[in-house]
Amino acid sequence: MAANASAQGSLRRPRRDLASAILPAFTGLVVLYLMLPILVMIVFGFNDPRGRFNFTWQGFTLEHYANIFTSQPRMNEALINSLIVAVVSTLVATVLGTLIGLALTRYEFRGRGPLNLLIFLPIATPEVVLGASLLALFVSAGLARDITTITIAHIMFNISYVVVTVRARLAGFNRSVEEAAMDLGADEWTTFWKVTFPLIFPGILAAAMLAFAFSIDDFVITQFTAGVDQTFPLWVYGASRIGVPPEVNVMGTIIFVIAVVGIVGWTLLQRREQLVAEPTRTDR
Amino acid sequence: MAAWLRRRRGLIPYLFLLPGGLWLVVFFVLPMVTMASVALQEGTLGTGFTFTFNIGVFPEVLGRYDEQFLRSLLYALVVTILTMAIGYPMAYTIAFRGGRYKNVLLLLVILPFFTSFIIRTISWKFILADQGFVLGTLKDIGLLDDGFRLLATPVAVISGITYNYLPFVVLPLYVALEKIDPRLVEAATDLYASRLQAFLRVTLPLSISGVFAGSLLAFIPAAGDYINAELLGGTRETTMIGNVVQTLYLTNNDYPQASAISLILMVGLIIGVVIYTRVLRGQELTV
Repeated sequence: MAANASAQGSLRRPRRDLASAILPAFTGLVVLYLMLPILVMIVFGFNDPRGRFNFTWQGFTLEHYANIFTSQPRMNEALINSLIVAVVSTLVATVLGTLIGLALTRYEFRGRGPLNLLIFLPIATPEVVLGASLLALFVSAGLARDITTITIAHIMFNISYVVVTVRARLAGFNRSVEEAAMDLGADEWTTFWKVTFPLIFPGILAAAMLAFAFSIDDFVITQFTAGVDQTFPLWVYGASRIGVPPEVNVMGTIIFVIAVVGIVGWTLLQRREQLVAEPTRTDR
Repeated sequence: MAAWLRRRRGLIPYLFLLPGGLWLVVFFVLPMVTMASVALQEGTLGTGFTFTFNIGVFPEVLGRYDEQFLRSLLYALVVTILTMAIGYPMAYTIAFRGGRYKNVLLLLVILPFFTSFIIRTISWKFILADQGFVLGTLKDIGLLDDGFRLLATPVAVISGITYNYLPFVVLPLYVALEKIDPRLVEAATDLYASRLQAFLRVTLPLSISGVFAGSLLAFIPAAGDYINAELLGGTRETTMIGNVVQTLYLTNNDYPQASAISLILMVGLIIGVVIYTRVLRGQELTV
């Protein structure tokens, strides 16, 4: 019976259908499509445009790379603002969101339904509406808009993303390891910091990375909540209205390379740790 | 403190919830309430706004901006269909035929996120520019008419939005497809289903949670988008409702009308999502 089934399976495999020819080619094309604007960004960072418009290839230069930190002082300011907002909002949102995630997965309490709605709605609301409502609040309260209001807004939308990510990680948590620690005489505090926290830390880190990525790239909500202070996306947008300077491409390329190197390095490091931790398990 | 807490264990979850919950109440719920109250006010920035319970603002903005509302819904619908048409085969390929390249392919899908959303959209402006390296070259060799343009047309705006939200559609589709046990599809073909039948009656229904999540992740932001319409469109024929909110709020300072439009957009989307959830029964409203 089993032999029969596997024989049929192996008979079926050589019969290559249309799908197996088209699908990989299609996927390759989509990957190219996804990469196209990034390639354009990188290439035009080396362009030597005459005039304000950096739309056609004029000649190769490294000048924009050499002067990247001196030619656009407003860009440096905006970059620093972006980093401050991203770091602060990531830290605060990760702590607040992780606490909510812990409460949702580890405790029974009333009001779970409304809380889930409160977390889901900011994700499901278009950014322009979130931005507009925050602006309405800040204007009504007579609050001046600056880097503080931007950070407040970023913490708000990041809490939901952190809760969702941490909750997914905690859902599969095996609580018997905590019971074992308690049986061995650890109190709740010690158990949490010595057992629970190290186990859920990768989930918290993933949530923080997601929050950082959302914050540093946010445009819409930032535009509504920013007053005098600019972030990097706001500066790029402003610069693009009067002709895109090549520095936009150069800085975009630098950020892209740092992000790619960071994520690839982190993934490889994790894989190595996994291999060290579970040497018997064969690679899937 | 610790002893007091031990006696009232039921309070612990609320202590955990309090700071984050409070933040969401003050900076999400309160702004929505404020916006609703602003919508019902009348006045200008110069003379100040007074609350007059002006319900009439809702039919007024609906009438005045009906074209932009409809265009946003239409664009969002087209974008959702396009992202599904492109994203589903891709997610399917990665999940079932990715082999050892699965992780690399997934990384390539999220790679656009490593550059700024604004820069990517500006890049498309480069690519689609009238005398840019694509259209310019095609025009120089005579393949295209000199007057041909993509920028400032609905085509450019829709492709820009499609590009920006494609990864958001591929990821949930991949997660749903990856969970499917290939033996179920094999069982269907063993029971004399054709490849197409097996796909339509086994794979597709099992991946419906991904279709649900992916379509919402494309439709909702697409309906509120104004960056693509501004950078790649920029004409009256491509103005979306997000552009109207942005102009009214940030340029004209007409807070009541902008608030009313935002509320209509949000409530309309929530009603739409609830109906959609009912249609694809069994989907939960949690992410």
